[in-house]
Amino acid sequence: MNKKILIVITLVITVLVLVNVLHEEKTENLQLIELKQKFLTKSVPSVDHSKLLPLQKKFNSPQEVTEACLTCHTESHKEIMQSSHWNWERVAYIEGRGITELGKKNLLNNFCIGASSNEQSCAKCHIGFGMTDDHFDFNNAKNVDCMVCHDNSEEYQKGSSLAGYPDRNVNLTKVAQSVGNPNRGTCGYCHFNGGGGNNVKHGDLEQAISETDKEVDVHMGVNGMDMSCVDCHTAENHQIKGRLYSVSSENNNRAYCEDCHTNLPHFDDMLNRHTSKVACQTCHIPIYAKVNSTKMAWYWSEAGKLKDGKPYQEEDKEGNHDYMSIKGRFVWEKNVKPDYIWFNGTADHYIVGDTIKTIPVEMNKLYGSHDDDNSKIIPVKIHVGDQIYDKKYNTLIQPKLFSPEKGDSAYWQDFDWNLAAEAGMKRIGQPYSGEYGFVKTKMYWPLNHMVSTKENSVQCNECHTREDDGRLAKLTGFYLPGRDRNFTLDYIGGLLFIISLFGVLIHGFVRAFLVIKRNKYEVQIINNEE
Amino acid sequence: MKRVYIYKMFERFWHWSQASLIIFLALTGFEVHGTIEIFGFDQAVRFHRFSSYALLILITFSIFWHFTTGEWKQYIPSTKKLKSQLHYYISGIFKGEKHPTHKSELSKLNPLQKLVYLGFKVVLIPVVVISGILYMNYKTIDQNDIIVISEIPLNTIAVLHTLGAFLLISFLVVHVYMTTTGTTPTSNIKAMITGYEEIEHETDHKIDNQKEK
Repeated sequence: MNKKILIVITLVITVLVLVNVLHEEKTENLQLIELKQKFLTKSVPSVDHSKLLPLQKKFNSPQEVTEACLTCHTESHKEIMQSSHWNWERVAYIEGRGITELGKKNLLNNFCIGASSNEQSCAKCHIGFGMTDDHFDFNNAKNVDCMVCHDNSEEYQKGSSLAGYPDRNVNLTKVAQSVGNPNRGTCGYCHFNGGGGNNVKHGDLEQAISETDKEVDVHMGVNGMDMSCVDCHTAENHQIKGRLYSVSSENNNRAYCEDCHTNLPHFDDMLNRHTSKVACQTCHIPIYAKVNSTKMAWYWSEAGKLKDGKPYQEEDKEGNHDYMSIKGRFVWEKNVKPDYIWFNGTADHYIVGDTIKTIPVEMNKLYGSHDDDNSKIIPVKIHVGDQIYDKKYNTLIQPKLFSPEKGDSAYWQDFDWNLAAEAGMKRIGQPYSGEYGFVKTKMYWPLNHMVSTKENSVQCNECHTREDDGRLAKLTGFYLPGRDRNFTLDYIGGLLFIISLFGVLIHGFVRAFLVIKRNKYEVQIINNEE
Repeated sequence: MKRVYIYKMFERFWHWSQASLIIFLALTGFEVHGTIEIFGFDQAVRFHRFSSYALLILITFSIFWHFTTGEWKQYIPSTKKLKSQLHYYISGIFKGEKHPTHKSELSKLNPLQKLVYLGFKVVLIPVVVISGILYMNYKTIDQNDIIVISEIPLNTIAVLHTLGAFLLISFLVVHVYMTTTGTTPTSNIKAMITGYEEIEHETDHKIDNQKEK
């Protein structure tokens, strides 16, 4: 009787436990609901700029607009003039260099190489007016371009090669009266088009993001939360949160997913355990360049081919330029699987004058390792290529690329690397030996946008796999369950198991055989006795 | 022949639930390890974790049972007849010789079993369980966002855990086979199910024991 009760109790408990374990309850994620509510209501500005008196006039120059802005926002220019958007450099502490001033002024990249000596064209993405050369007055508040970030009319455009001045056709009054918070269009004006075209540089930031769906970006999709850049990249006194490591070096002022989602965002405990070593982006950005292609490689060494003495360009199947006489050959890719690296938020860069230490030259070196407590695995786009360097001094060269007319040593006009190198290096005060060559380069672009829906995020077995095409196959130096094993142990262990199996089988067969034989023998004896 | 009650209710429950848990843990564990593919990696991880909790609870109960009932004394190793037991499995068994030791309620394990099971209980299971707990909590964050374990490399923990797993599955194979070496090929398994086992010449055995003393 007692036993029966015990058995029944045990069975009931087992069934209850199994039901509990196997049953998955659909629970509402309160954290997400709260966030959705927070970003649901878009802020309504308390000021309608179209009603303000100082803006009721025809503006003859963009500087007049800035002056009008400053009549009310009397101190804003001071904030702007401390920002890297204005200064194109910032002070950072870099391991091995110490306190360093760096930014677009003295960094090189492996796209259009560098802004120095090309300001007339590159200043299209500077928040100022009139940066024609290195004599730009960074202390003149009138030259601050408020409109490029605050235009809400979609009217404002910077002119091509106008040193940061707006296009001549822009109706400045309309723009001035529309101003408000920056939006995807204003931020994207520069950040989508860096490198000379849409999605050239980032891969995860491009025009398509302005009006996209949740599948492309779960935050910005217009059929989703329809969030704006500044919802995450918040700013105080014009100091904007978020770091881009093509120009940044320090692990501070970063915008993290965790700022909203916390570091325990999943219901599944197993997933939450990943967050100390794996960045959110690693699983939630399974592919980038989802809509338009991005540049994966840029070979300057092939530039300069001419047809009938004239520069030309060719297109690939997707309609992207894959060859341009002025820039060389490109490789474009769409729906790209990221590369993965360890990253702790600090970086070093190739600064003009540095000696080349490694080939390929790392234009930016992102620090981090498995053993570093601050490091996490992050997804990156790696942009490779080759570009001009000084064979004798072993330094990268800043060439002069742009000029409005021929005969000014600019490569895009004269197609003479030697002249371009000489002019560019002279401008930045660096020596040039006269011997140039092309050296391989590599640049890392951390991916933070084009976050997929949770259904499309990276699955466990895409990393936890022995396959060579596993996402983390190349990221060695630590033990990853499902990918790694001790070969000796697996060999010996497997052998032990097989030996045990065959051992008992042989033992069993011999026993059975002998028992049968013995039985026959006994039967014979019994028969004989009878 | 005499019918003797050898394995008590809890003992049988413990034995079979432990057996099924270990087999299930082996299947899911070797899937996590990348050796086999059955449930899919994420489910395998989930199942492995839940069944490991179950095993931990079971082990806690069984330790309690061993000490409160005094059954732990069954596992005190002795070298007496160890050689003859080994000799029996290597050659005597083929010649149809009788078991050198005899089962009884008070002594249900032969000297070889005592030694192997003791090793199983105090070395193998602790190695697998402790490495498993370390594995489960490795470089992880608790509610207060404190890293629990980070000093021991995961490689070491994983290797120990895998080593234990290989020993366990090999033990399982031999163990299952050895159950067929009883009075009849199935008498040991029947005993572990019903608790009762047919034991022959128990009186002779007692006399033997007295003679030895």
